[in-house]
Amino acid sequence: MTDAQISAAQKLHAEQQQAEALRYAFLLDWGSRAGVLALLLSFSAYVFGILTPHVPLDTLPSLWNLPVNEYLQRTGTPTGWGWLALAHRGDMANLVGIGLLAGCSMAPLLGLAWLYAKRHDHVYAVICAVILAVLVLAASGLLTGGH
Amino acid sequence: MFKLLLCALAKVRYTGMLAVVWVLLAVPAHAAGSVVPGSSLPWWFWPLALFVTCFLIGIVAVPAGIGGGTLFVPIIGGFFPFHLDFVRGAGLLVALASALAAGPMLLRGGLASVRLALPLALLACMSSIAGALLGLALPASVIQIALGLIVLGIVALMLAAKKSEFPHVAQPDRLSSALGIHGVFIDGASGRAIDWQVHRTPVGLVVFLLIGVMAGMFGIGAGWANVPALNLLMGVPLKVSAGTSGLVLSLVDSSAAWVYLNRGAVLPMVAVPSVVGMMLGARIGARLLHVLKGSVIRKMVIALLLFAGLRALLKGLGVWN
Repeated sequence: MTDAQISAAQKLHAEQQQAEALRYAFLLDWGSRAGVLALLLSFSAYVFGILTPHVPLDTLPSLWNLPVNEYLQRTGTPTGWGWLALAHRGDMANLVGIGLLAGCSMAPLLGLAWLYAKRHDHVYAVICAVILAVLVLAASGLLTGGH
Repeated sequence: MFKLLLCALAKVRYTGMLAVVWVLLAVPAHAAGSVVPGSSLPWWFWPLALFVTCFLIGIVAVPAGIGGGTLFVPIIGGFFPFHLDFVRGAGLLVALASALAAGPMLLRGGLASVRLALPLALLACMSSIAGALLGLALPASVIQIALGLIVLGIVALMLAAKKSEFPHVAQPDRLSSALGIHGVFIDGASGRAIDWQVHRTPVGLVVFLLIGVMAGMFGIGAGWANVPALNLLMGVPLKVSAGTSGLVLSLVDSSAAWVYLNRGAVLPMVAVPSVVGMMLGARIGARLLHVLKGSVIRKMVIALLLFAGLRALLKGLGVWN
């Protein structure tokens, strides 16, 4: 390769990296903003009493020092995605925002996987797809263990 | 300096005031007559104290060059009444929120490399799930002892580790070449375009596998380990290491956070004030970066971590409950 060809290849590599970064940043930014907004709204509704909590606020101090399994047992709080059925409750509504924050990397990964696939960068498309699969598996609740 | 400090504080005054008003109005809303059993404190005292503590942690964490999650778990786990399961769940969310808040800016500024982050994050994501499952399966006392040891290890690392602004990588390894992991970033301080490449990628992948386990198990984030691994081991420039570390963290903490969320170990009353307090504090910390003396803050944080690490160790051993 001549120096000019090497320079052109490096320039292309830099431009591609910038495109990847910008796409990832755009999707991550909006996802995390949505999560924080949902968190602030739901927490306000929780502590201002707009939404009745699943676990009453005044009993919480006698429960928050318990191990998670005992807490769940005493409060009848479901595990996995069971909280979704109780999302109208003040405390459980906060899990929507928390879920959005925990899941907001998925859209940027999907966007990147698509970009890499279009460029025939199969290795990175597969890496993105596998990370996405790991996140989906973690989110699914299939892996959750216990004491 | 005082003027700069006032100026920085003024810029965040309105956001801070709004947040404080929000918390002060919110917490006593249901407080009528309810007190923490066995104490004279009303229930809202602890979330409010949590918010203030996280706000202060957020301020010092940025100039000290460590993630807020590293300070959060040992301090809140050691001195607040919440069970360690909930503290670790909140700790992961605190680290995640910080990484998400900074991530887009670092990516746009060319300080975080997606090509470098993805292979490392892939392994660390998988191992963080294993770490989270292990952490939730082990007794709290074992986790406290291990946490104390890890925090004391972080103190040793902070005292001993040197940093290399622009490490010299003579020859990239074959794996990083095959994956096209190299780049150029513009150093804001000098205005120079810096070419970078990496070496020891296979060893780096193994290290990130271990970092993932620790991040998931203790909920302490992993910036303290990511940056030295990228900078000193793999030869990534310091600023790109710090930026890429945030990107890796956002993925690693996400996968572990889902495990805690699905196991019911995320208590909104612990997690939300922590996340909001830390994010606001970090904004002020970032603005005070040029005003505060980093070395002084760093020494203060090391002393704080030493104390919190010893507290966790002694609590786990049943010596100091």
